[in-house]
Amino acid sequence: MNQEPLIRVRGLTNRFGQHSVHEDLDLDLYPREILGVVGGSGTGKSVLLRSIVGLLQPSAGRIEVFGEDLQRLSTQDRSRVERRFGVLFQRGALFTSLTLQENVALPLIEHIGLTRADAEALARVKLALAGLPGESATQYPAELSGGMIKRAALARALALDPEVLFLDEPTAGLDPIAAAAFDRLILTLRDALGLSVFLVTHDLDTLYAACDRVAVLSRGRVLVADRIDVVEDTDDAWIHDYFHGPRGRAAHLAAYPAEES
Amino acid sequence: MTERPAHPSAGTLLQEGGTLSPRGDWTLSHYAALRRELGRCPRHAWAAAIDLTGLGALDTAGAALLAELVGAQRLAEIDRWAPDLPATRRALLRTLGEAMAHRESSALRPSRPLIDTLARTGQLVEGFWQQQRLLLGFMGQVLATLAATAWRPNRWRLTAMVAQLHQTGLNALPIVALLTFLVGAVVAFLGATVLRDFGATIYTVNLVAFAFLREFGVLLAAILLAGRTASAFTAQLGAMKANEELDAIRTLGIDPVEVLVLPRVLAMMLTLPILSFVGMLSGILGGALVCLLALDISLIQFLAILQRDIPLNHFLVGLAKAPLFAFLVAVIGCLEGFKVSGSAQSVGEHTTSSVVQSIFVVILLDAVAALFFMEMGW
Repeated sequence: MNQEPLIRVRGLTNRFGQHSVHEDLDLDLYPREILGVVGGSGTGKSVLLRSIVGLLQPSAGRIEVFGEDLQRLSTQDRSRVERRFGVLFQRGALFTSLTLQENVALPLIEHIGLTRADAEALARVKLALAGLPGESATQYPAELSGGMIKRAALARALALDPEVLFLDEPTAGLDPIAAAAFDRLILTLRDALGLSVFLVTHDLDTLYAACDRVAVLSRGRVLVADRIDVVEDTDDAWIHDYFHGPRGRAAHLAAYPAEES
Repeated sequence: MTERPAHPSAGTLLQEGGTLSPRGDWTLSHYAALRRELGRCPRHAWAAAIDLTGLGALDTAGAALLAELVGAQRLAEIDRWAPDLPATRRALLRTLGEAMAHRESSALRPSRPLIDTLARTGQLVEGFWQQQRLLLGFMGQVLATLAATAWRPNRWRLTAMVAQLHQTGLNALPIVALLTFLVGAVVAFLGATVLRDFGATIYTVNLVAFAFLREFGVLLAAILLAGRTASAFTAQLGAMKANEELDAIRTLGIDPVEVLVLPRVLAMMLTLPILSFVGMLSGILGGALVCLLALDISLIQFLAILQRDIPLNHFLVGLAKAPLFAFLVAVIGCLEGFKVSGSAQSVGEHTTSSVVQSIFVVILLDAVAALFFMEMGW
């Protein structure tokens, strides 16, 4: 990767009281790549995501997004940059009082100033793009299954045609079939829309199926960030347990069935 | 994302001969203008040949417009008719075309305002009926559980009940006392103003005492608890329901009515009479203060009139209503909590509903009781 990174995190430190989550963490996200971020519970994967999208003020460090330092921008410029982000929260975070198409249409009406009819027509396109059937557009989030909520939340994240998509455990709580479909959906969207994807996950299958690079978070920093075959051979106890445990082996075999012999 | 050309330009749609050629940036920021342009373009031209080579930046919004222009199915087959476009652009158009073609096959139901209104009205009426049935059933369930546990002291949830007594009773004491005190003063002022014309200001004492012993003490306390406690019950149980805690309790073989509802209902039935009593005292105190300051009726005189004119049965009639009100308010609060369905919005809706219902029931029942006691001459 000799391109300029879209997102450049340097020396990021996050402390909550005495407890330090990140200590001098560096990470890059390049254009059109899917970066998987893994790590044990409590290694600050979600905190990293929240720091990058600006929901959390880091204790120290620089986060450059599209070549600009987010913390130094005025509120207006920040909002302009943040519009180029799409975020899928862990539990969807759909607005419960709005139907799906209203959920997706909201940023279109607020930011682009489309009329309601136009915005909802476009919202239905995005919902279809995320793989939801047409009749779900007028349903409320409470009427949907977990997988459909994830898809609808993805449609909302895609509403403003973002350049970077942040996904926080997108396949958690989905059955394996729905999770595999979601992996494929993300790959298709990346290829079609040229997105860069920052994907926080626990799902080994997703790592093998969808990710171009994998970053491993441990002890407050990025241990390694590289292609998955490089990462799984890294000499570290946690990485070894993670990738060479029974689940890791199964996911590896599913991804590279030829090596079974 | 979108490939940005050197010179960004607003998207347009050119018609040259029989060919449509979209030019410039077909992106979200030009969506409204492009949409207007599409509206101006005559329909018969839509099926014409299309030349995509002049297209600048393109995103999903622009692609959706293109899909409208040429048809989703045709866009999905873009590899066939425009193979020289860049692969990423074809991928975008193909993906979107496929998604929209799939959606078109499952069309939306057209809305019918008149029938929808009728259906909604019917739904509301039936919902109201169901609600009343449910409430009656739930009351029965609570009473049956109470009867079943009453003889088994080892299943009394004393700790839970004491905690509820603390929350619904002790914590509500100051606000009940303050409000009834103020209302007592107001009633005394009203009495003084009206009775002054008849030279009968002394009867202000009777007015305040009658009003608070029979009605206001218990009514104000019940309304306050409806607003303060019924809503709390709904929110507590609703949050537990949303978090599947109620289901967990059931799967552990424990009856949620026994562990959650009974302590709340019993605590409420104990506290409301006490709060009503406090409300009566404090209302009469407010009245006495106004009598002392505005009408020069001394406290001793006030008490003497009270003792001479007001028989005990007024106090009993007032207090007798308290346990009934308490039962209804608590049961409505708990039932609304059980009816919460998952979302945060649902918790809010049912909390509102429980307050409205319990205040309604309290006032309605009080009116009926007033009528009944009057006819009975109590």
